[in-house]
Amino acid sequence: MITKSRLQIPRPTARPGEDPDFSYLDLSPAGSVDKPPLDARTRDIQHLASGLVRVLDDDHVAKGPWNPNFDASELQIGLRWMMLNRVFDERMWQIQRQGRISFYMQALGEEAISIAQGMALRSGDMCFPSYRNQGLYMYRGVKLVDMMCQCLSNTRDMCQGRQLPIMYHSKSGNMFSISGNLGTQYPHAVGWAMASAIKGEDHIAASWVGDGTTSEADFHHALTFAAIYQAPVILNVVNNQWAISTFQGTAAGQRRAFAARGLGLGIPGLRVDGNDFLAVYSATLWAADRARRGGGPTLIELVTYRGGAHSTSDDPSKYRPKDEWDAFPLGDPVERLKHHMIAEGHWSDKKHESLIDELRTEVTAAWKEAQKYGTMTEEPWLDPATMFDDVYAETPKHLESQRRRMLEVERGE
Amino acid sequence: MARMNMIEAIRSAHDVVMDKDPSVVVLGEDVGYFGGVFRCTDGLQRKYGEHRVIDAPISEGGIIGAAIGMGVNGLRPVAEIQFADYIYPGFDQIASELAKLRYRTGGEFFSPVTIRTPCGGGIRGGQTHSQSPEGIFTHVSGIKVVMPSNPYDAKGLLISAIESDDPVVFFEPKRIYNGPFDGDPEKPAVSWGSHPKGEVPEGHYTVPLGQADIARPGDELTIVTYGTLVHVAIAAAQETGIDCEVIDVRTLAPLDVSTLVESVRKTGRCLIAHEATRFGGYGAELAATIQKDCFYHLEAPISRVAGWDTPYPHAFEWQYFPGLKRMSAGIQRVMEAE
Repeated sequence: MITKSRLQIPRPTARPGEDPDFSYLDLSPAGSVDKPPLDARTRDIQHLASGLVRVLDDDHVAKGPWNPNFDASELQIGLRWMMLNRVFDERMWQIQRQGRISFYMQALGEEAISIAQGMALRSGDMCFPSYRNQGLYMYRGVKLVDMMCQCLSNTRDMCQGRQLPIMYHSKSGNMFSISGNLGTQYPHAVGWAMASAIKGEDHIAASWVGDGTTSEADFHHALTFAAIYQAPVILNVVNNQWAISTFQGTAAGQRRAFAARGLGLGIPGLRVDGNDFLAVYSATLWAADRARRGGGPTLIELVTYRGGAHSTSDDPSKYRPKDEWDAFPLGDPVERLKHHMIAEGHWSDKKHESLIDELRTEVTAAWKEAQKYGTMTEEPWLDPATMFDDVYAETPKHLESQRRRMLEVERGE
Repeated sequence: MARMNMIEAIRSAHDVVMDKDPSVVVLGEDVGYFGGVFRCTDGLQRKYGEHRVIDAPISEGGIIGAAIGMGVNGLRPVAEIQFADYIYPGFDQIASELAKLRYRTGGEFFSPVTIRTPCGGGIRGGQTHSQSPEGIFTHVSGIKVVMPSNPYDAKGLLISAIESDDPVVFFEPKRIYNGPFDGDPEKPAVSWGSHPKGEVPEGHYTVPLGQADIARPGDELTIVTYGTLVHVAIAAAQETGIDCEVIDVRTLAPLDVSTLVESVRKTGRCLIAHEATRFGGYGAELAATIQKDCFYHLEAPISRVAGWDTPYPHAFEWQYFPGLKRMSAGIQRVMEAE
């Protein structure tokens, strides 16, 4: 019996030098979680927030009610985009290490989320992504060369040199601007979805945050508004176990699943195997269809693992076991889809290797092209006078005068 | 004495105060096991335990709000906000609660929270890792605002801040964590190794809040500045050959008016410099205050060197940052004006 209050300090199950331990993760066997009708009431499907929607089992067989029954070509499309995401990240990481861009963040181990969710949404739906959703940008039509030009802050940079690398946006792809501040776009997604409903359209919005960001007030603001107005929105929590050095328990992930965060507000939650391409696709499609029919928001927790560092600025071996990902029970999303396709007779190791080669060639060609638009050390460079544009719709006088002054200083006057 | 960079000096300040006063607790994102993304709290959790060095969730409003509550209940919290650019979700807690608690309770409640946060540019951090929002905080009555420019002051001021019963927002210019920076990015980085202010006592000492420092004595022109730009100002004095008196404000609020006024009355010319954007910035307060008491001594209008009034652009770091060229041009402008 507890006789006085005590301070609970959440601790990860393993730190560097210790054996990885994922015993805290509740897993459901593939195919064991039911798929409710789209008009199910939240109170009747609360168990989905603590179960785990999985389609691919440990023998790479797809099973259960959430199986989207993809044909070979659909599977290959998904695999190709996931691998492109990975190959792109691998190359950009090296490029940052060579000092040719200032910063980078990779999505290693989380590629199924951007790609499967990208495939489940419609092009008219609006995405409010986080900084690890580069796959979504690719899938929704942003060219590799344009993403590279953004990372280079060069003359073809969509952000005109104003943002850190990876803070992309795509107006035509319905991809909102990434903010360096966490969770700020979650309420934006809800507001966008409310506007869609106000206008009587059937477009929905989707947004992504990590497990750590669920602690930000904006996360809770978004849930509150989504619940009150039954906004047609999918709110995703990518639970990759780590927020820089802070494990998900410091966001209360050990208390109750992130998928359950909305239950108190009446928002249904789906807890999904985020490394299972098929499960992610189906769960997202279910939530999207529900939202489109007036069923309101869904909170989806995607259980995954951040395979690499948080960014090029940290060294994860300082705060977690080096081999932790190898022990992660949900594995690697690319490997799992690959083995499923091999098991189904649609794929082979040889095809896989040659696809990697092909994608590397594609990425190399894009990099070659991107550099033509300027690098940190080689011209052409953006005109610094443009720094004063777009602060306002029309540039006010004091900024015009600062622009002139800046140019004088640059000329040595 | 030991040689310390600014990170080590800040860590040492925590260590000294935590050792002396068991009510001091540290909280923030990644501050515990990892020791902070800039390593300013490295080793403190191992030494003082998980109840005194607390890894917080990503919730700036929560960190500051909880720190206020801890302070009300007798602790002396030091909260780290990972980047000043991320402090805004905590702004309501700072401006509406922390700053006003003593006043609205007739002095019966207070919370001695210190909020440390790295600020400023020059590290290729783009608009979300480069801001200098100090002017937003100096505008709030009831909080003290500090920005050191070197390891010695960083430690002494931080100890004063933590020991102060008033709330303090303590800005750390991250560009100079590892060495002074004179505003010319082409030059190789230098460390604090040979700088006189890199000599830091290992034990307890304080640099009082509310006292400016004359970083470089001079007769021809007064440069009033703080943070990274103190080093830029000193370099610009060297480059222009103008005998500038460089005043490091150190505590922005409350301001040490008399040191500033005395200097400007002596030189008759004043340049104010900060990295933060110009319009409505802290420099405007300095200019108004100085001109009131120095009007009849001024031989030229007070001028400002500041960040342009745009968000901090990633690609144009060195056109944006008020570096050596702009500081030198500012000095010339004030010298030539009559």
